[in-house]
Amino acid sequence: MKNTFVNRKYIIMAIIILVSLVLLTRLFFIQVIDKSYRFSAENNVLRAVTQYPARGLIYDRNGKLMVYNQAAYDLMVIPAQTTSLDTASFCELLNITRDYFRERIKSARQYSRRAPSIFLRQISAETYARFQEKMFLYPGFYVQPRTLRKYSKPVGAHLLGYVSEVDEAVIKNDPYYKMGDYIGKSGIEEAYEKELRGKKGVKIFLVDVHSRIKGSYANGRFDTAAIQGTDIITGIDLELQEYGERLMQNKTGSIVAIEPSTGEVLALVSAPAYNPELLVGRIRSENYAKLQSDTTLPLFNRALMASYPPGSTFKPINGLIALQENVIVPSTTFGCNNGYLFVGCHSHSSPLSLKYGISNSCNAYFCQVFRRILENSQYSSVADAFNKWREYLTEFGFGTKLGTDFVNDLPGFIPTSGYYDKYYGQNRWKALTIISLAIGQGEIGTTPLQMANMTAAIANRGYYYSPHVVKSIGSTGAPAERFTVKHVINIDSLNFEQIIEGMAEAVNGGAGSTARSAAIKDIIVCGKTGTAQNPHGKDHSVFVAFAPKDDPKIAIAVYVENAGFGATYAAPVASLMIEKYLKGTVTNKYQEQRILELKLEAR
Amino acid sequence: MKRNVNIWTDIDKISILIYLLMIFAGWFNIYAAVYDEEHTRIFDISQRYGKQFIWIVAAIVIAILVMIIDSRFYYFFAYPIYGGTLLMLILVLFLGTEINGAKSWFEIGSLNLQPSEFSKVATALALSFYLGSRKRDLTSLTTFLIATGIIMFPALLIAAQPDLGTTVVFLSLFLVMFREGMSPYVFTTGVLLILLFFLSLLVNNTILSVSLILIATMVTWLMTRKTRLAVTGLGIIVAAGIVIYLINYFLIKEMSLNFIILVAVLVSGIAYGIYFFYRKAAGLIIIYLFLAGSLIFVNLVGFSMNTLLKPHQKERVEILLGFKSDPQGTGYNVNQSMISIGSGGFSGKGYLQGTQTKFKFVPAQSTDFIFCTIGEEWGFLGSLVVIGLYLGLLLRLIFLAERQRSDFSRIYGYGVVAVLFIHIVINIGMTIGLVPVIGIPLPFLSYGGSSLWGFTILLFIFLRLDASRTEYLI
Repeated sequence: MKNTFVNRKYIIMAIIILVSLVLLTRLFFIQVIDKSYRFSAENNVLRAVTQYPARGLIYDRNGKLMVYNQAAYDLMVIPAQTTSLDTASFCELLNITRDYFRERIKSARQYSRRAPSIFLRQISAETYARFQEKMFLYPGFYVQPRTLRKYSKPVGAHLLGYVSEVDEAVIKNDPYYKMGDYIGKSGIEEAYEKELRGKKGVKIFLVDVHSRIKGSYANGRFDTAAIQGTDIITGIDLELQEYGERLMQNKTGSIVAIEPSTGEVLALVSAPAYNPELLVGRIRSENYAKLQSDTTLPLFNRALMASYPPGSTFKPINGLIALQENVIVPSTTFGCNNGYLFVGCHSHSSPLSLKYGISNSCNAYFCQVFRRILENSQYSSVADAFNKWREYLTEFGFGTKLGTDFVNDLPGFIPTSGYYDKYYGQNRWKALTIISLAIGQGEIGTTPLQMANMTAAIANRGYYYSPHVVKSIGSTGAPAERFTVKHVINIDSLNFEQIIEGMAEAVNGGAGSTARSAAIKDIIVCGKTGTAQNPHGKDHSVFVAFAPKDDPKIAIAVYVENAGFGATYAAPVASLMIEKYLKGTVTNKYQEQRILELKLEAR
Repeated sequence: MKRNVNIWTDIDKISILIYLLMIFAGWFNIYAAVYDEEHTRIFDISQRYGKQFIWIVAAIVIAILVMIIDSRFYYFFAYPIYGGTLLMLILVLFLGTEINGAKSWFEIGSLNLQPSEFSKVATALALSFYLGSRKRDLTSLTTFLIATGIIMFPALLIAAQPDLGTTVVFLSLFLVMFREGMSPYVFTTGVLLILLFFLSLLVNNTILSVSLILIATMVTWLMTRKTRLAVTGLGIIVAAGIVIYLINYFLIKEMSLNFIILVAVLVSGIAYGIYFFYRKAAGLIIIYLFLAGSLIFVNLVGFSMNTLLKPHQKERVEILLGFKSDPQGTGYNVNQSMISIGSGGFSGKGYLQGTQTKFKFVPAQSTDFIFCTIGEEWGFLGSLVVIGLYLGLLLRLIFLAERQRSDFSRIYGYGVVAVLFIHIVINIGMTIGLVPVIGIPLPFLSYGGSSLWGFTILLFIFLRLDASRTEYLI
């Protein structure tokens, strides 16, 4: 091929030379002509002071402030700029030991000699004022303003989470975070970290050898302003939350209250709780270690992470499934002679229909119901019928995560047919083998949050929204779209009405009704008691309820550990919570006093 | 026909010298960039400079291996190498490790390999083979499209990682196609569109439009040397502009200044058209069409940025392109890097004396922003030397390319030039705020094994071809 276009090499060479000249001209301009970039390297140094934005505030559903910020000051050091100083007076000024001084300087040096490290965290405003007067004596040290969390009421620690310094793993994975930055850990602080944190800015100062700021560098041309974090409005009712925590004082257990029509969490209590102020600032690490070694596990969020067998509170679900599968009708009656085979029952009138089976919490009734579900001739095998049963449970959100905005909620456990195949062998198990599931005992595990969600689904007559704490991000921003998705359960709303009749009877009925301790004057509460078997000690008292019966405003699940029958303690607690939320005040002072005085801390 | 040559004596000494100067300069500057009084041994392999020394030794071994292989290998295996690389690029999308949000790396033990670095070599080889092995005419549409396909296929695979920086590098191979006969209009139009796109976002569009009209007038004068013609041409536009401005002022009242200028240029096209038709002035038609086309494009970009995109979308585009500062993001890096370079002054602060680069302000200081350290510690003189060395190498490579007897070798040589050139321009350009922040390394200077080896292989294959240019006629 003839080298036809050989002259084009000149054009290419011209392009290359021209572009090189452009680069050199620009470099000449910023390096030689423009003096604004220049400063004498010997006498002055630039210091980039990060502008930390204030973290977003957290409000409750009525606009009451829950979490805000307070000012704090970190003493920073740049090892390369320090000179020899009078250690004794320096340590006295800051009230630190010489060992601390030596150790911090050493570790700061190890991190970087020229980049700032935190020398002393969160010094008080008074110390800051004293230090500022003497600062010229200590080049290389300066004060960095920060903000710390402050709580309007000492409640909601599990819900809110806390803020702590980022660890190295986070710094490595996310370039936004630098050594010494704060990040939300657990709760709302973690789930909404991106919204709450805002955006850091930076101010570049010229600083002389005496650590004095001589002014802004290049008139602030390279500065960027910090952007404040977005406020978050939660669905929590702060008063209800506070009341719940007060009721659960000196007890172990949890309360979850949900607004059924939206899925917003109204209160979430895990007892024992701790004061969120304990995990703020310098005292945080010490207190954290204490809380972590506490045998009552105050850091453990029982409402989301504790998995219990649901006990009798599970009976409404089995009733619903049986109605939907057409294996019983509301008028179906079963007899009970203090139990069914090896499952015992308390004494009550017999035989009973569905409504009274629920209100009396008859074990025999639901053992029969469960047998009918599994021995349904529509299915080719017990395993098939079992799978169908499990499918309904999954629709209620059992055995799976609920898609909440909590960071650490657990899925609980619902066995699969494969689980039993493995345990007993294929076709070697039948309804009677696993009959304890009929009354919510056995291999099944659910969290209090899931039980509250189940109750909300019953209150709604067949659907729920994923439970979530946050109502809106900023004053206008809606929460994530997934919280507006209706999860519909494949069970007719008429069947729900039948079950609800039973739950209303349980609370408001006559003799034999198990949950009469939850009744409230003027409000029809629908509830179901339960007793969760506890292999380690006394059984746990469980109660789920919603109210009012028509147009429900609150659905609640209460767990009081080691408290025995559901009716004894969990039901009154739920009743007090419902009344507090719906009426604003509690009329049943006797019951309130009884619960407040109860101490059940031992496991 | 075969003549005996000694590759070790026939290899181009000037290129080798510049190459060695560069890689060792890179090593010393990486040492300065991560310098820390606590770790001062330059061979300390826990530090980046220690590792870079290992990469350099390995690079020299690789260079020797590349030289030992028979030069015909690169010719005959151009397609298989290209095919293999494409396979790697597909595999990395599925099996790669994600680093900084891009699936670009294979993690093999403690070694991370980036196939996109080597795909530049493979694509340059494949393009050279396609265009050079037989007589190809790049003015034919089929040839042009196939050549474009060879370039764009790996480029798009890399864009999927997503690594836009490296994708942009592949566009530089159109420079090679220009050298081999691609229509200059295709080339000019492409370059012009990219340039106009950035300018229309950076510069006030009215000023840009007026500048374009003045440039067109200048070019007209340069081509014809007729002062009266150029001035009259400008006069027509100005007159049309005034008339339309007045019409708008009194009657329509809704046209923006930019739009008035555009309409003025389009309207004056009637007058030019009559003139061109009678004088048969084809060259002038092209100037006019370029001008009108540019103005339409500038207005389109402005319109789509201001009207079609919502404010937050516009901001995202601007941050992405590096025009708007993102407090902690790219804009911040550019500010910091310009402070470092600018504070270097004429002669720099001296080796290891840079205060700015030690603050760890600029992330990727030893990789993408290594030029900051050079600018700060060696000043304008250092910048001059580095750019001078690059310019010397590029011009030398063009000289070598032109002395090849085979089309394949020449085309490949231009491929090397194009790839090195775009890396240098984008990398240095972004550190001084001329080019949006596109994370690609500075050839031979930046920290990193994959990029150093990639550039070494790229360069040495050509030096190997050059050393044996009299041996075979491939």
